[in-house]
Amino acid sequence: MYKAKVLIKRRSSILDPQGKAVEIGAKNLGLKNIKNTRIGKYIEFDVDTENKSAAEEEVNNYCKKLLANPIMEDFEFTLNEVK
Amino acid sequence: MINPKFGVVVFPGSNCDHDAYYSLHKVLGYEVNFIWHKNNDLKESDVIILPGGFSYGDYLRTGAIARFSPIMNSIIDFAKKGGYIIGICNGFQILLEAGLLPGVLLKNISLQFVCKDVYLSIGNSDCNFTKGIAKERLLKVPIAHGEGNYFADEDTLNGLEENQQVVFRYTSADGTNSENYNPNGSANDIAGIVNKNGNILGMMPHPERCCDPVLSKTDGSLIFKTLVNNILN
Repeated sequence: MYKAKVLIKRRSSILDPQGKAVEIGAKNLGLKNIKNTRIGKYIEFDVDTENKSAAEEEVNNYCKKLLANPIMEDFEFTLNEVK
Repeated sequence: MINPKFGVVVFPGSNCDHDAYYSLHKVLGYEVNFIWHKNNDLKESDVIILPGGFSYGDYLRTGAIARFSPIMNSIIDFAKKGGYIIGICNGFQILLEAGLLPGVLLKNISLQFVCKDVYLSIGNSDCNFTKGIAKERLLKVPIAHGEGNYFADEDTLNGLEENQQVVFRYTSADGTNSENYNPNGSANDIAGIVNKNGNILGMMPHPERCCDPVLSKTDGSLIFKTLVNNILN
């Protein structure tokens, strides 16, 4: 069994109005050095496969077909064996 | 065919399904069936409506989970055979996630949920959803969404324009000024598009909310009536 940790990021070419709005909050807080805030998603789950390459394939499918939309998002993930 | 049959798909979280049923059946007099998303029978519908709402709570991304509901396999087959589909608001988002139409809908540029009447100009008056409506006729239709900011890469946008796939664009009341009347930041002021074959329409505005004369606006019914006329002829 493997623990998958997936990061989904909006493509840098796509505007992130949510990140912009949050950054206005940072300015209002007095945090003057914050720049380029961008908001993504973090998703974790277990993958119950015999070996790591099967787990990778499964996670790749999950990310490509459901978790991320390739038109606007990129994803990356890590896999760690859990006993 | 005497009159086309409509099927309104109900996902968990759909909330414009009854509006669509009411407008199509009670106001316009068409035969309409509700279709539960877990079924795979389209009940011999000639036109499928994917209604507005918040299917699966908009979790992950709008439309992303509904796209894998069992009924979607039947709808994709139906689409490939040339069946007519109208995705409204969340229904449009589902069509994009399913890959039946190109692009995505991002959060409104203002970050605000926008609920108001808008004017639409007709970008393509050759598809069955608009053929017969005068090209210069503007439609007054309400919008109600937080994620209606249409985005696609440049090649896709160019392709949509070249193939006349942009059916509706946001515009001003006199149809002269589009840019300042774009309510959500959509590329090319896009409010609705069709696929290349012209049988799948996705649009953010809600035509089902402006059919009943008692509500003083009826431009939405023009889209449904036009489609029915064109299917019958």
